[in-house]
Amino acid sequence: MFDQILQFLITGVTVGSTYALVGLGFAIIYNASGVVNFAQGEFVMIGAMSAVSLLAVGMPYPVALFGAVMITTGIGMALQKFAIEPARGATVISTIIITIGAAIFLRGAALLIWGKDIHALPSFSGEEPISIGSATMLPQNLWVMGITALMVLVVRFFFDRTLMGKAILACASNVTAAQLMGINVRMMLLFSYGLAAFLGAVAGVLLAPIAFTSYDAGIMVGLKGFSAAILGGMGNPMGAVAGGLLLGVLESLGAGLISSGYKNAIAFTIILLVLIFRPSGLFGRKASDRV
Amino acid sequence: MVKQRLVSALATGLVAMVLAVSPLQAAEPIKIGTFLAVTGPASFLGDPELKTLQMYVDIVNADGGVLGREVELVHYDSGANPQKAVDFAKRLIQRDRVDVIVGGSASGETLAVIPEVEKAGIPFISLAGSIKIVEPVKKWVFKTPHTDRMAAAKIYEDMKARGISKVALISGDGGFDKSGRQQSLELAPEYGISIVADETYGNKDTDMTTQLTKIRATDAEAILNFGFGTGPAIVTKNVRQLGIDLPVYQSHGVASKKFIELAGDAANGVRLPAAALLVADKLPDSDPQKDVLLAYKNTYEAVHGPVSTFGGHAYDGLFIAIEAIARAGGTDKAKVRTEIENTSGFIGTGGVFNMGPDDHLGLDLDAFKMLEIQNGDWTLVN
Repeated sequence: MFDQILQFLITGVTVGSTYALVGLGFAIIYNASGVVNFAQGEFVMIGAMSAVSLLAVGMPYPVALFGAVMITTGIGMALQKFAIEPARGATVISTIIITIGAAIFLRGAALLIWGKDIHALPSFSGEEPISIGSATMLPQNLWVMGITALMVLVVRFFFDRTLMGKAILACASNVTAAQLMGINVRMMLLFSYGLAAFLGAVAGVLLAPIAFTSYDAGIMVGLKGFSAAILGGMGNPMGAVAGGLLLGVLESLGAGLISSGYKNAIAFTIILLVLIFRPSGLFGRKASDRV
Repeated sequence: MVKQRLVSALATGLVAMVLAVSPLQAAEPIKIGTFLAVTGPASFLGDPELKTLQMYVDIVNADGGVLGREVELVHYDSGANPQKAVDFAKRLIQRDRVDVIVGGSASGETLAVIPEVEKAGIPFISLAGSIKIVEPVKKWVFKTPHTDRMAAAKIYEDMKARGISKVALISGDGGFDKSGRQQSLELAPEYGISIVADETYGNKDTDMTTQLTKIRATDAEAILNFGFGTGPAIVTKNVRQLGIDLPVYQSHGVASKKFIELAGDAANGVRLPAAALLVADKLPDSDPQKDVLLAYKNTYEAVHGPVSTFGGHAYDGLFIAIEAIARAGGTDKAKVRTEIENTSGFIGTGGVFNMGPDDHLGLDLDAFKMLEIQNGDWTLVN
């Protein structure tokens, strides 16, 4: 029994770290503009698909990965420039609706470019399982966890310690005041969409060797990342990571100890309970309006 | 692509020339109606089906038609929408006055039009999978594709031959997966097989090691995975990752080279039932289907690219109808229906069809071949 639970936990953490990485992307755009970007899952898909294409035209693997991440970052910035910025002044809700439209558009474009086929990327460093007691994990799982941890530290440092990070946070709390302080709000938004797309693409290329990719792979990943972000507290990058890991472990334990048929139901019930008692998430700042 | 188009243009041109000089126009044409999901979510079914029907109707006409009469195909695109399918079926029956309907890519649209077809009394050969289409038997309704139940039976037959009696079942949450799971559970006792685990996963899940860890703790002697898409490939890889040393069986849902590509080395030793069309060139020369399969494959691939079993179902439906019309000596609907029911020894792409009053499908388990994956390719078991 103990052996089983160990495997459930390891599975939970490996799956959870992908949720965390996607959730992190949600947190960044939310931090900059208060908007939930529902195209985040599509960034994940585009990152993986671009890597598949670049690899197919004969680029060396590391170059293809880098190129794919850069392409996706560019698409993220283009999304801000051509879809979000023209609608500046629109309410947060309208902007969220624009991101939903953008997600549908990106999915459709991916369908036209890459077709309906499922694609895979090779593992970064072999497929020989690593044993931990009687439980096992893949080398790729270590890559996912390691790079997630690295990204978390970088993002944390960025928001806490750099002027630009603080400027982005200022844009979210009050656009007018930020502008008056000499912050280039447009630039900050452009940058945060680029950063979110960058993180999405990194998640995409890390995940594709384990779970494959296809034009519609972004929907579920996006949904799980979003759940992770609200569970942890929207706008708190650390919260998104904790939420992702928690969600992964809950799913795995739910499937392992109770029933795999109710895996998602168990996880989402717990999220609902958390949100009933702590509406701003586990680690979220309490939202308060000054009057 | 350009080359393909050129070939297809040439083929159409040739057919048109032959038609221009043939005396077929004299008699009233035989009208075959069809509604297929050529666009929409089930287009991977309807697209090869329509191409097959169009291609073979042209070929039949070039050969002189049926009973000296030209064959005319009347087609509507249902987009797999049952409501549209019902409208089109009504139109085919009332306005186009077709003699027989060969169509219905998806089970939903087929089941929706059955009441119309039964009311009008017109022979209808469906190209959809569900066993509910022909069970219980409906007077005017037939179908050509094999069923999930047959796939499960074929797998259990192979397990029995290997002395396996305890099976762990794992399946996805899609329609195909659920139906396969249902049939597998129902059929197991008939083969003396006990299901010791019944796990499920979401079709978009990225990791199934939790479910497989539970399976590892049971006394299962084999793992059976009914699924479609990425799920089966992830299950297969996870089985190897966990070091589970049990035979893995997959369903006909992954009978494509894509599965082998995705699962990689982990796919070695996996067994699955598949339609004979996929391994046409590997069949022994003694196999009665071999000539038909190769002819269909070569004809289709010369114009459209790789064959799929779905187009094959349309081939079978079209020729069962045409042969029945030829035997009936005309298009009297009752006579054609009786002749379709009398179909025996018809060698199609899906198998050898022997229909009867209580069997409107007419295939036995030989329709499936048991394959084992070895070094990135299929090998025939037995």
